Amino acid sequence: MSTSTETIEQLANREYKYGFVTDVDADTIPKGLNEDVVRLISEKKGEPAWLLEWRLKAYRLWLTMKEPNWQNVKYDPINYQDIVYYSAPKKKKVLNSLDEMDPEVRATFDKLGIPLEEQKLFAGVAVDAVFDSVSVATTFRAKLAEKGIIFMSFSEAVREHPELVKKYLGSVVPYSDNFFAALNSAVFSDGSFVYIPKGVRCPMELSTYFRINAKDTGQFERTLIVADEGAYVSYLEGCTAPMRDEHQLHAAVVELVAHDDATIKYSTIQNWYPGDKDGKGGIYNFVTKRGLCAGRSSKITWTQVETGSSITWKYPGCILQGDNSIGEFYSVATTNNWQQADTGTKMIHIGKNTRSTIVSKGISAGHGQNTYRGLVRIGKNAKNARNYSQCDSMLIGDKCGAHTFPYLEIKNTSARVEHEASTSKIGEDQIFYCRQRGISTEDAVNMIVSGFCKEVFRELPMEFAVEAQKLLSVSLEGSVG
Amino acid sequence: MLQIKNLQVKAEDKQILTGVDLHVKAGQVHAIMGPNGSGKSTLARVIAGHPEYVVTGGEVLYEGRDLLEMDPDERAREGVFMAFQYPVEIAGVNNAYFLKAAVNAKRKHLGQPELDAMEFMELIKEKSKLLEINQAMLQRAVNEGFSGGEKKRNEIFQMALLEPKLAVLDETDSGLDIDALKTVAAGVNTMRGPDRAIIVVTHYQRLLDYIVPDHVHVLSAGRIVKSGGKELALELEQKGYSWIETGAQPVGA
Repeated sequence: MSTSTETIEQLANREYKYGFVTDVDADTIPKGLNEDVVRLISEKKGEPAWLLEWRLKAYRLWLTMKEPNWQNVKYDPINYQDIVYYSAPKKKKVLNSLDEMDPEVRATFDKLGIPLEEQKLFAGVAVDAVFDSVSVATTFRAKLAEKGIIFMSFSEAVREHPELVKKYLGSVVPYSDNFFAALNSAVFSDGSFVYIPKGVRCPMELSTYFRINAKDTGQFERTLIVADEGAYVSYLEGCTAPMRDEHQLHAAVVELVAHDDATIKYSTIQNWYPGDKDGKGGIYNFVTKRGLCAGRSSKITWTQVETGSSITWKYPGCILQGDNSIGEFYSVATTNNWQQADTGTKMIHIGKNTRSTIVSKGISAGHGQNTYRGLVRIGKNAKNARNYSQCDSMLIGDKCGAHTFPYLEIKNTSARVEHEASTSKIGEDQIFYCRQRGISTEDAVNMIVSGFCKEVFRELPMEFAVEAQKLLSVSLEGSVG
Repeated sequence: MLQIKNLQVKAEDKQILTGVDLHVKAGQVHAIMGPNGSGKSTLARVIAGHPEYVVTGGEVLYEGRDLLEMDPDERAREGVFMAFQYPVEIAGVNNAYFLKAAVNAKRKHLGQPELDAMEFMELIKEKSKLLEINQAMLQRAVNEGFSGGEKKRNEIFQMALLEPKLAVLDETDSGLDIDALKTVAAGVNTMRGPDRAIIVVTHYQRLLDYIVPDHVHVLSAGRIVKSGGKELALELEQKGYSWIETGAQPVGA
């Protein structure tokens, strides 16, 4: 065995550093799912009747739905009765300030590098922190409120802005959309809500940090972001979970609505626990994300860096309804050890002169399986629609796989659609070349992978691009050989 | 500087070097010639530490230290440089960025302060004229979309930046037209000096018209069968390798 292989293997076995568990006194309901559980979640959150009704409709529909199996990933059947659908750190009363937050929970976010004291945060980033089933803190709310921006937990939004929630909830991803969207609609516990009023440019990055802590618990959050006419917002989500031998389910729904001339940039740095090197444990990340470019010249950009999870399965898409609207998708997905990913996007062109760009970078190492699946649909009225897709795969080692499934449906002859794809292998030769110039194996791998992902990283907000690059190098270390 | 004693090397169970002896002193330029498949490139790559080869016998001392014990990147930082016959492309990695990482890896190893972007650009400016490296070549990805000549010039440019003690040029002349060959040779010649040893591996004598060696060795079937001065290269040019192979038979027998 060559020296470089050994070094890489040592690095590969480095531990997932977010894998710790926090000991908190939690309000956890028993495992299992039935109508009473749905009612209980709704009651715990003090929800209005219309929302409970919506949940119940979703639940009843879900019962009739079949779990999809067309995706290119393999996993043992999920026992939906063996999951805890609600777990929240106990609190004595409604929090008035951070000082009343469970110190353990607060310490958890500190340890994750997400301090919730406003003065300690990156200047210009507001954070909503979600711990298991509930949002525990939202920073900079007052400052944002001065501009009329609403940034709060979903539960609070239901109480304080029911008219907005009612208007937009399920408007992009209806509860009937798919099996996991229906499940989420029935049992979702919290998430973030953002509303940017007309003509307002959100002055800071908004961010939600999701943390799964409790055992056997699924996380089902919903995020809803609405940018009114001419508004602009850049939003980022990050996620981690403890290391456990059992798989945990994360089935989230994200809905974005951009009105005339509005822009939403949505970035994800996903670092859920990926399972150990033998494939034991890890998060099933089954998520439905969709943005609606409702208005003219609106724009939605999805940027995702998916390094974690045992299985990642999601297709953040854009419905380009408004004329001249723009959808973009930039993705880096890595699968190392036994991780699997089936991810990509859907660009649905409805309006005239709509444009979409897809840049997908898949990196497979170890026994990882990485699939790009993307749909570009040009409707019959989408005159002069344009799409450019680029899907690149990189293989590290010879036990992993890369797969590409592009779907094109074009019903308007004026459309222009381009698709480019490539597969490359990070070879011993590239690494040797770097080493011959004095660059260590570790630095060489990082350099080669970052080079490969450059087009995606530059779409991330500044503060997080560096973080994403580091994360990627950690998740791939030890993968060459 | 470099002492190779009875070096035997295998690759994928095939014995390629069967017993190479070579002694290179600082200040010297040695040419290694030989027919295809004689093991020339293998010798170059073993000196650089390519992981594909297994050393089955003999030893290699570099400045009195066991070179074979050192990792490839450590060898590089200690001053061993190889110009690749086929320089490798690295997509998305800016050439200037790559060069800076290489230069700073070495400086760090030697306990020198790392160069910042400004200092590095100064260094590049000075060295790039010589090898006709233009701004575009620095901003493109490493070797990506480079012509054959550009790749080889880029190799020697790296050598000029890294200022190795021992440089091994592996068929640097292959794929070069005469103008490119002259440029590359001129770059190498400015690097000649009392503290530096250079080993030029080549199939053809042509390159040696421009980089004039102190010693010429002929490698055949995995060992050096004849050594001499620069006139040996000319003799080979006239008579071809078969002359040496036949002449070498008594030695090999």
